[in-house]
Amino acid sequence: MITLMSFLVGGLYAAAIYMIMRRSIVKLVIGLVLLSNAANLLIFTSAGMTREAPPLIPYGALAPEGAVADPLAQALILTAIVIGFGVLAFAVVLIHRAYEIVQADDMDQMKDTDT
Amino acid sequence: MQSPTLLALPIVIPLLAGALSLIYWRSRKAQRIIGVLGSSGLLIASGFLMEKIWREGTLVMHMGNWHAPFGIVLVGDMLAAFMVLMTGVSAVTTAFYALGSVSKQHEHFGFYPLMHLLLAGVNGAFLTGDVFNLYVWFEVMLVASFALLILGGERAQMEGAIKYVTLNLVSSAMFLSAIGLLYGLMGTLNMADIAMKIGELEDTAMITVVSMLFLMAFGIKAAAFPLFFWLPASYHTPRVAVSALFAGLLTKVGVYALFRFFTLIFPFEGTLSQSLMVWIAGLTMVTGVLGAAAQFEFRRILSFHIVSQIGYMLMGLALFTPLALAGGIYFIAHNIVAKSGLFLISGLVFRFKGSYELKELGGVYRQYPMLALLFLICAFSLAGLPPLSGFFAKFMVIRAGVEEYAWWLVATALAVGFMTLYSMVKIWAEVFWKEQEVCHIKPPRKFRGGTRMMYATVIMLAGLTIFMGLAMEPLFRICMMAAEQLMDTDGYIQAVLGVTP
Repeated sequence: MITLMSFLVGGLYAAAIYMIMRRSIVKLVIGLVLLSNAANLLIFTSAGMTREAPPLIPYGALAPEGAVADPLAQALILTAIVIGFGVLAFAVVLIHRAYEIVQADDMDQMKDTDT
Repeated sequence: MQSPTLLALPIVIPLLAGALSLIYWRSRKAQRIIGVLGSSGLLIASGFLMEKIWREGTLVMHMGNWHAPFGIVLVGDMLAAFMVLMTGVSAVTTAFYALGSVSKQHEHFGFYPLMHLLLAGVNGAFLTGDVFNLYVWFEVMLVASFALLILGGERAQMEGAIKYVTLNLVSSAMFLSAIGLLYGLMGTLNMADIAMKIGELEDTAMITVVSMLFLMAFGIKAAAFPLFFWLPASYHTPRVAVSALFAGLLTKVGVYALFRFFTLIFPFEGTLSQSLMVWIAGLTMVTGVLGAAAQFEFRRILSFHIVSQIGYMLMGLALFTPLALAGGIYFIAHNIVAKSGLFLISGLVFRFKGSYELKELGGVYRQYPMLALLFLICAFSLAGLPPLSGFFAKFMVIRAGVEEYAWWLVATALAVGFMTLYSMVKIWAEVFWKEQEVCHIKPPRKFRGGTRMMYATVIMLAGLTIFMGLAMEPLFRICMMAAEQLMDTDGYIQAVLGVTP
């Protein structure tokens, strides 16, 4: 499972970077979506995957018995997903407005502020 | 352990002020009053915080009384307190300047709530003691900065914003990936806890990988070479008040994070990171100042100088002695003051002359001698002439370089200082000294209330840079204390976790 996830995460990063380097701003945003998802899955993978062992503490005990899945990693991912969603919503509005104003979705047309 | 509530105030006050200004969304007047009160409150609270830390040493606040390493902690050491204080200074100047400069339309688009949110994010990043929490504050800061950047919706702003947003999101993704890997390695995200356990780890190759990821992520945020391209492409596009706030604070958060991570968490001295940092510092200085030399637009020149000044701060980190770190810290504070001042002056020039292009400007000295004097003070401070704050900032890092026999770095820093002076003289000659060529010279405008307010803030910043130069002794002690606390990782761990490693 770890191997599979590793390849998946690597593939997502590669796809994301490829998309970001395209000239179209729509593809740029798709790249950013993939990138944030790749990072989330990376946390999920690297924090260790434990199957079918929810982190529940038996009645009367102070600590869970045996190895359980780490709930913190999932809390981190949840936070990161929410933040990523907000930021991407902004990015989508931004490229829409940029498209309206610049009248092009080509990064090569947006060189006015470059130096 | 007691939990000093004072530590949370620099975050709570701007959040509260931001929420209040959202409630009074329709009332400009209320938002302006809240803007001034909120930022002044922030400055006062940060002053008290600094004084308390000066007396009692590092303060730690366990959020919700969940103790470290399980809960999130706010940690206030001297570095964090000093940075928060400078944020307060920056907040007050921006709030007052905005009274005069931000148009009605932009106030209706939510300038004030966004400003407060940005300040909360910046202060949160300075004060947190948890790696993931740092990421969250970074994002709070970023989202606010995105919206502030496109306030106005001009073409240049959109183009600048796309580059700014993309590179900052890439940097955030790297930061997040690094956090994921670090958590996989350590099983904890509390900075003190990581610092304590990282020495026991056998997989040093993995630590290098993670530290390089953090270096990249914070390098983008701090606009270090070769990752700075988003900065000169975007910082000259927003409103001046926003530019000044960004120039003062945003990149410094990246530098602060580098200082924190590479003193506390990762082994630095004699590692790959240090030799890289030496190069990064030198090249950042040089490329920034050369970029500025090629520019002929007021705010673009200043934007490139931000990059070049970041190099000096990183030089302080690269040399890694107490004096060098203290120099770096003092440099951050000096730069916040001088650079914000210069940006605000460019806004005043724009108000009088209607342009930022050096070619179209001229004759400001004849019409507004006071403004010219203020520019000279800030520009000389940036270039590093005594007795202004810039001189002592450069003196400290260069002296530390001499002590470490880092001759190349010292030579670079000195040469870049001269180049900075050249850039400032260029602005002086073009904007203030020469006669305006185009004949549509407007007669000097009468000062309205707004302009007077803008003047007052610039005078305050220019005064502060003189004061920081003249009151060097106490400031030096503060910076040395911050630097010694940074070097003393055991003290930090002891303060947060209550155990001696």
